[in-house]
Amino acid sequence: MLLEINPLVLPDIGLVFWNTIAFLVLLIVLGKFAWKPILKAIHDRESGIEEALLKADKMKAEITAMQNENEALLAKAREERAILIKEAKEASEKMVAEAKDKAKAEYDRILADAQLAITQQKNAALIDVKNQVGSLVIEVAEKVLRKELSNKAEQEGYIKQLADGVKLN
Amino acid sequence: MSLLRLKTLLVACFSLFALLSVTNSFANESTVAAEGQIANAEKKEGDFNVTETILEHIKDDHSWHLWGHTSIHLPVILKTSKGFEVFSSEKFVDEHHEPVVYKGNFDYKLIEGKTKIVDASGNLDAAASKQLWDLSITKNVASLFVSVFILLVVLLSSAAAYKKTGVKTAPKGLQSFMEPIILFVRDEVAIPNIGAKKSGKYMPFLLTIFFLILTNNFLGLIPFFPGGANVSGNIAFTMTLAVCVFIVVNLSANKSYWEHIFWMPGMHWSMKLFLAPIELIGVFTKPISLMIRLFANITAGHILVLSLICLIFIFKTVFASAIAVPFAVFIGLIELLVAFLQAFIFTMLAAMYIGMATEEHHHEAHEGAAHH
Repeated sequence: MLLEINPLVLPDIGLVFWNTIAFLVLLIVLGKFAWKPILKAIHDRESGIEEALLKADKMKAEITAMQNENEALLAKAREERAILIKEAKEASEKMVAEAKDKAKAEYDRILADAQLAITQQKNAALIDVKNQVGSLVIEVAEKVLRKELSNKAEQEGYIKQLADGVKLN
Repeated sequence: MSLLRLKTLLVACFSLFALLSVTNSFANESTVAAEGQIANAEKKEGDFNVTETILEHIKDDHSWHLWGHTSIHLPVILKTSKGFEVFSSEKFVDEHHEPVVYKGNFDYKLIEGKTKIVDASGNLDAAASKQLWDLSITKNVASLFVSVFILLVVLLSSAAAYKKTGVKTAPKGLQSFMEPIILFVRDEVAIPNIGAKKSGKYMPFLLTIFFLILTNNFLGLIPFFPGGANVSGNIAFTMTLAVCVFIVVNLSANKSYWEHIFWMPGMHWSMKLFLAPIELIGVFTKPISLMIRLFANITAGHILVLSLICLIFIFKTVFASAIAVPFAVFIGLIELLVAFLQAFIFTMLAAMYIGMATEEHHHEAHEGAAHH
């Protein structure tokens, strides 16, 4: 037979027998006490690492969300501040404008009062002057009357003179 | 004669050098070979049978050579029609290492290294020998037990390390050496071929096969005692493992696997009839290819290294070792690679066969593929 040509390819029943036993013993003992705990430990470690990575990712996302929130808050605060400043500015400008208006009004009133007073005083003065002119006229008339009584001719000349004088005036 | 002894000594020294740098199967080989040469020289003056010497080192043996004239005589266990019988293999040889007849329940004698029953005149009794079951602890069996012991010690202690240091800490020492190999088998062999879901069930089987082959390959490269045997280059060893793979593959095969073997879907009925026997043969050729591949690779490596060393004896000059030893070292290095590679390939193919047997076929996809 072909197999018997070379003893190398002829399996010995002894080795087959012992090898089967050895392999089964290894499979059972190692399967129970080596492969199972080792594979479980490796699996546990891997899932632990995976979990940790997932957790880290989650944390990262959370931090990013918080940062975004912070930024939004900051932006909002900045906006509010800008609005406040603007409002304050507007208020102050308004106040300044109001004060200016008020001052102008006061000034106008004072000016008007002053003008009124001046006008009144001027009128008073004019009245006074008219009064004096009146009394002067009366005085002149008195003097003229007296002169007439003394000299008729002269009286007439005087009146004429006065009349001339009044005309000149 | 004294010149020859001197040469022998020099050769042994050279071979020892080779040993120190690389694990090759030589110190005892060359000394044994040298002894053989002396014996041969006494007989036929300088006639050296290379084939015989090499085969002697590749084959199994009933004693395990240690050094010089010291060797362990392993127990012989025989089962005959008269029951079991256990005795030391020392009784098979006389003081000159010549085979002698041992008288137990029958008359036993080693013929070409195998235990046979002989008749009163010392000739082979073929009919009675067929009834003989030789379950001896041979060199290969003993070496196998050594590898089992090593595996148990190494792997159980690394498993204990996980318990001790906990899951969260990084592996240490032996544990950190074993873990990448285990992960390699899981991530590169099991998961790609069987799938992540189903591979867990087959991991212990694949890991055991891988480590058993790897350990025996490495032990086979060590030339002196705990190694020196050619276990993974023995057809009985590879056959046993191949049969284990065959059993596991066919036990885990699902309906669609058998359907694809006996009644290939998506084919014309005549094609189906034609394919069925081919596929059926394939069921058996797969494990047979596993068996032959491992056996041939490891044996070829051993024969190569032995042939190179035998060059020294063929040329009968110590200067031949200047070429033979570097080449042997080189082949030894390649053998280291092959030792790992063959363990990987065996496991890889076993995983692939299991994957094929457990694969869930999507019928539409398959029909599409079948029309191509």
